[in-house]
Amino acid sequence: MSKISVRSAAFGLLLAALPLTAQAAGERVEPPALSWSFSGPFGTFDRAQLQRGYKVFKEVCANCHAASLLRFRNLSQPGGPEFSAGQITALAATFQVQDGPNDAGEMFERPGRPADPFPSPFPNEQAARAANGGAYPLDLSVITKARTYERGFPRFVFDMFTQYQEQGPDYVAALLTGYKDPPPEGVTLLPGQYYNTYMPGHLIAMPNVLNDGQVEYPKGPDGQPQVPETAKQYAKDVTSFLMWAAEPHLEARKRIGLQVMLFLLLFGGLLYYTKKKVWSRMPDGTPAH
Amino acid sequence: MSGHSTYVPKSGFERWLDARLPIVRLAHDAGVSYPVPRNLNYFWTFGGILMLMLVSQIVTGIILAMHYTPHSTMAFKSVEHIMRDVNYGWLLRYLHSNGASMFFVAVYIHMFRGLYYGSYKAPREVLWILGVVILLLMMATAFMGYVLPWGQMSFWGATVITNLFSALPIVGETIVTFLWGGFSVDNPTLNRFFSLHYLLPFMIFGVVILHVWALHHVGQNNPTGVEVKNVAKDTVPFTPYATVKDLFAMVCFIGLFSYFVFYLPNFLGHADNYIPANPAVTPAHIVPEWYFLPFYAILRAIPDKLGGVIAMGGAIVVLAFLPWIDSSKVRSMSYRPIARQLFWAFVVVCIALGWLGAMPAEGGYVIASQIFTALYFGYFVALFVVGLFERPKALPTSIADSIFASIQGGSGARMAVATAAEPNAKG
Repeated sequence: MSKISVRSAAFGLLLAALPLTAQAAGERVEPPALSWSFSGPFGTFDRAQLQRGYKVFKEVCANCHAASLLRFRNLSQPGGPEFSAGQITALAATFQVQDGPNDAGEMFERPGRPADPFPSPFPNEQAARAANGGAYPLDLSVITKARTYERGFPRFVFDMFTQYQEQGPDYVAALLTGYKDPPPEGVTLLPGQYYNTYMPGHLIAMPNVLNDGQVEYPKGPDGQPQVPETAKQYAKDVTSFLMWAAEPHLEARKRIGLQVMLFLLLFGGLLYYTKKKVWSRMPDGTPAH
Repeated sequence: MSGHSTYVPKSGFERWLDARLPIVRLAHDAGVSYPVPRNLNYFWTFGGILMLMLVSQIVTGIILAMHYTPHSTMAFKSVEHIMRDVNYGWLLRYLHSNGASMFFVAVYIHMFRGLYYGSYKAPREVLWILGVVILLLMMATAFMGYVLPWGQMSFWGATVITNLFSALPIVGETIVTFLWGGFSVDNPTLNRFFSLHYLLPFMIFGVVILHVWALHHVGQNNPTGVEVKNVAKDTVPFTPYATVKDLFAMVCFIGLFSYFVFYLPNFLGHADNYIPANPAVTPAHIVPEWYFLPFYAILRAIPDKLGGVIAMGGAIVVLAFLPWIDSSKVRSMSYRPIARQLFWAFVVVCIALGWLGAMPAEGGYVIASQIFTALYFGYFVALFVVGLFERPKALPTSIADSIFASIQGGSGARMAVATAAEPNAKG
């Protein structure tokens, strides 16, 4: 009797507290869960997608946003967009990089090299703010890992088993296509403010930057782009690129993970039977329990 | 359980060394011939698992420190440098950050094991108190380690937690300034936290040696809570019996650890810590790492700042007094029908507090936190009261007898129930 009553009382209290979670959701619209090539235990990046994503990043995002943790050489390393070394050298050389001081004590400009970091569009935060109406375009190097939304109970428990961890990419992709112009009724925007469904609080200083047909994608043998040149596709491609930028060794991690798991399974299995054998007899030779 | 040594030096060199420094004898007595109760279940493997985790954290930490820069303008970038450019740096860092979580998973299981089987009772009080000391050191180490990447949650977590000391009367402000090395969390704070984060694990190692020494002196408790009476019948030698079992458990635990490291490396962390620390922007919710959440809930449950700090500290310190709070003579809760229900209620209370710690401190959450905080401390009061009148079930006469009963199978189990129902059974 006492067993059941104490336990049920404890769980009752716990359950009574549960509906409180609903309050926390507040002013956020949850981004839809997209399907990503890099999700799950066997996930890998889609090279063509990362290359397209880099093109969107370079032609659109990089006008205002830095990604200072990345270097040109990263674009050719295994597990990334895997541009060829020649392509990277040529790409880097299209940028002018400040170097120095030289022997005369002066700073000078030179063409970029693969070892250089991605050049930032503004020299410092103040310059970036001055050029963007007071708003600071963030560094995007780890943005997909720096954004999330509350999963809440019980979903966070299920996530451990489904390995769902793409809240960041889902949010970034949704945000890029989540603009509403004109804004919903009753919302007044100040100059330099835009309405975005997925931004917490809905007001964002970044305008809608992705429009259909804006970025030209590589053509297939039939002379047509292999994926649609739409804002939605751009958002997905650039988000994949940013996921790689935030976690450049994701493929190696998942590949080594599988090897480790298989080894542990085998080693653990052998140990289990060794343990059984050892424990089958006590030191004096009598059978164990 | 420290008895006569069974070590026999085999070679001339071993005899020569044994006469001068009996280190091989020490290793043999502690790791080979040490008698272990033969009825231990897998909950007794977590001590070994914790030793593994401590060594893993120290090894990965030392290598990370070779590449990390403890400066407020460079710390975040140096961590990303480790993630990107250091060979297998991502692996080292994920092993270390998830290792901290796994360390706490193991230590909490280890502690609940001790609570359930009464491992804190005489003659193991000092062993238990050393464990509480290790827990406190672990918490300090983990907290300071979380500050090192110098992300938003690092910075604001450090600000919130160090500010707690300002609640102390008279010395509070001085202590906070001393912790900060200035008048706010800044570069000097990061520097001293890095230094202490490197120091404390070795202090933990020192206390672990005392912990293991105390364990080997009094011997292990076991699921029946009945002391070893006949070493030949009740125990098995540590090697190979416990060694192989511990090794198997460790591999299983490494499996869980690896699952998080390779497949969910950021699941147990917080996304805000990938935003560089910014003293001008406060995150919407400042949340500590999951293993501090129950204590964080207790802290916030008390409306008064000093009261909250005392309650939070008390929630840990009270554990050290358990050997004297628990008034029952019977160790194992398997033989304590009422206390056992209390124990499971306590487990639920701890989980509920953990969940409340992750919720914002407002409205119903605060009231719920207050109720569960009262229940947390209520456990210790209840344990004292229950021990005074509870009628325990009949204890087996020895460890060997308890095993003999279980070999009897169904009939033995039924017999045990029958004796348990007997109100006048001894115990």
